Amino acid sequence: MKLALNYREIEGKSTGFWVLLGGLGLLALLALGATLHMEHSGHYVTGMSNQIVWGMPHVFAIFLIVAASGALNVASVGTVFGKPLYKPLGRLSGLLAIALLLGGLIVLVLDLGRPDRLIVAMTYYNFKSIFAWNIILYNGFLAITIVYLWMMMERKMNTYYKPAGYVAFVWRLILTTGTGSIFGWLVAREAYDMALLAPMFIIMSFSYGLAVFILVLLAAYHWTDRPLGNAILYRLKNLLGVFVASVLYFVAVYHLSNLYATEHHSVERFILMDGGVYTKLFWIVQILLGSLVPLAMIYHPTIGKSRPAIATACALIIIGGIAQLYVLLIGGQAFPLDMFPGYEVSSSFFDGVVNSYSPSIWEITLGLGGVAIALLLVTIAVRVLRFLPESLDDSVVDPHAAKAD
Amino acid sequence: MSQPSLLNRVLGILSVLLLLMPAASTADEEGHPLPFSDLVLTEPARHFSATQECVEPEDEMRRNHMNYILHQRDETVHDGIRTRQYALEECINCHASKGEDGEYIRVEDPRHFCASCHSYASVSIDCFQCHADVPVRPSSLQQSRSGHPHHLARENFAGDLAGKTALGLLATEGKPQ
Amino acid sequence: MKDTSKPADPSRRDFMSKAGATAGMAAVAPGVLLTSPAVARPADEKVTSDKRWGILIDTAKCASGCTACVSACETENGWGGESNTEKQSSDEQRAQWIRKVQLKEKATGHVTTLPLMCQHCETPPCADVCPTGASFRRADGIVLVDKHICIGCRYCMMACPYKARSFIHEDLKDQKPWAPRGKGTVESCTLCVHRVDEGGTPACVEACSSEGHYAMVFGDLYDDNSEISRQLEQHGGKQIRADLGLNTGVRYRGI
Repeated sequence: MKLALNYREIEGKSTGFWVLLGGLGLLALLALGATLHMEHSGHYVTGMSNQIVWGMPHVFAIFLIVAASGALNVASVGTVFGKPLYKPLGRLSGLLAIALLLGGLIVLVLDLGRPDRLIVAMTYYNFKSIFAWNIILYNGFLAITIVYLWMMMERKMNTYYKPAGYVAFVWRLILTTGTGSIFGWLVAREAYDMALLAPMFIIMSFSYGLAVFILVLLAAYHWTDRPLGNAILYRLKNLLGVFVASVLYFVAVYHLSNLYATEHHSVERFILMDGGVYTKLFWIVQILLGSLVPLAMIYHPTIGKSRPAIATACALIIIGGIAQLYVLLIGGQAFPLDMFPGYEVSSSFFDGVVNSYSPSIWEITLGLGGVAIALLLVTIAVRVLRFLPESLDDSVVDPHAAKAD
Repeated sequence: MSQPSLLNRVLGILSVLLLLMPAASTADEEGHPLPFSDLVLTEPARHFSATQECVEPEDEMRRNHMNYILHQRDETVHDGIRTRQYALEECINCHASKGEDGEYIRVEDPRHFCASCHSYASVSIDCFQCHADVPVRPSSLQQSRSGHPHHLARENFAGDLAGKTALGLLATEGKPQ
Repeated sequence: MKDTSKPADPSRRDFMSKAGATAGMAAVAPGVLLTSPAVARPADEKVTSDKRWGILIDTAKCASGCTACVSACETENGWGGESNTEKQSSDEQRAQWIRKVQLKEKATGHVTTLPLMCQHCETPPCADVCPTGASFRRADGIVLVDKHICIGCRYCMMACPYKARSFIHEDLKDQKPWAPRGKGTVESCTLCVHRVDEGGTPACVEACSSEGHYAMVFGDLYDDNSEISRQLEQHGGKQIRADLGLNTGVRYRGI
């Protein structure tokens, strides 16, 4: 007998629920406190400087924004590509996308030198700036996803959710291209100036977004004792494996292209061999722990079927993603600008030397706070509105037994 | 109940008058505190010219001074227009006042001209995060109003002023602007 | 220093002071020679693109241990050691508008020094990337930050190929009224726009001359008769990172 697909709010009465809310809320408050301190005293309390301009907050913010775009993938696969197995997940996908984006944007805005001038950022636009375009794209994404969600959730609007899904899909491809271009269009820095960064960010978004989605899905269903069938879970984790492999491909192309050009040998040597913490993060965390190990776990015939293993693989992918962004963002800034090819350079402004960066507790707290805010939003939302199906058991989602959604 | 008695009415009118009394005083009068506050506004210097106390009429400045400042800043930064009439530096030069110790009052002190009104009205200003809040060099308002265009780098740039403090400028104090 | 590091020969200095005199400028204080290229524009007139300001730096004349340009900029604009601002920021966090760079050619061992500041590019990457348009290029070629609309995102700092920009990491006091600067905004060399607008020269150029090195020449790049244009025509002038095609206003000889 096939059970009907029924969305219901979570109960939200258990101790665990309140502990989760409390913990996330506390972290969010700590982050706000950290921001107040940074804004009041000035950025001298952080580890960021005139040499390492963007730091830990930006690593977290970019991760959250990229993951947000990718989290909507699940809904897009259901709506745009018509896969019935993904359709029940559409609402959670939209919610997670909004929550992650808000978390990332909050971190980004709170790290500004003048966050009180946010209204200026929203009213004075320099349309030649990809950053300005990103501001428009992010806000548009929020609006479009909210509309998309509404159309999925409001019975009367169900007929319109497909066009909304298409718009959301195209919009976030543009958005992630924009996010990658923030770096890819910087001619000044050797580690960035590359068109490849835009599509690489798109594939990174697929990978991180899905990893976060699976973790949230596992947590939501396990902690509320709702059934989650293997049909959905294995489908998602196999897809995640494809995305992780694709990211590895792009990383390989990025480095191989740079290695071919003699002018880029020094920056490649820095990242791949001499960079100290960046080299370690690249090989051990990004490649090994963040890509190869999860790939092996996902596709292993027995390990890949175990839920703890899948959750661990997702966590490793997320950690690998943060490491990847750290190497890109911070490593790219640590390496000195090559203004005088063929010369050894020195000055009182740290020209010609590798710059060092040690993040302060304030920046790390702010970054983690963004994650906390995103997860807090999800936790509250699934309690208040009907985002989660009561059951995602195989018999519910099996496309052969289900009627059209 | 029924119509208030005569006593009640008289008491009511008296109490309203009593409450309104502080509002009757204005900051124009010397030393009178502002309504519902004991803050006294710092008096401006009122010596823009022989016929005019300020660059614009007082009630106009009270309401719209921010518009002049905002307009001037865009013109100066983007177009290089450096007329002195609405320049922030000239406002400071005219409105700066000194405390009992002979030092210029800084913007953190509520007796600073801008701070006095803005802290009372609870409208925060961030001009002085970047701009100097006390005079640093003599005013050049006189020269601009004389019709002479600005020409030649004046010697009172930092090369000369580097060693001077606001106290040092006391030597030029008291001369007619 | 090797070879051509001696200061301008007497006939050249004579020519320069004559040119200065005929332009109608006068020495203001001992040792300070104003070689103002033209009469200043009236204060109420907008800047136009009729002029383009630039600096030509002869690295052969730049003296190895000398930091006169840096000190002059510090004093003029109120940053750095001379003015003792930014006490709480670390060395990497403190602003630096101009710095002396020591170069050693790896293949030959040849050593040069030069001052490096905002290059005032014709197509500045900082202005391209600024989300609010606070980083902009004025009509006469000077690249500035409008700190009234700067939100402190530091994207321009990421984009600058010369690392010319600085971010203020703490509260400041006692700023110079002609060079406002404050916490949470980005700043860089303004080509002493407050001096230039009144017909003067940047403090660094002035200091280099008063030290007797005469390594820096300031002037109007669009005026064929200006000193800088004549020198550029005679000796050429290279851009740092010329391959980026930014057409900088600051040019160098000897790199």
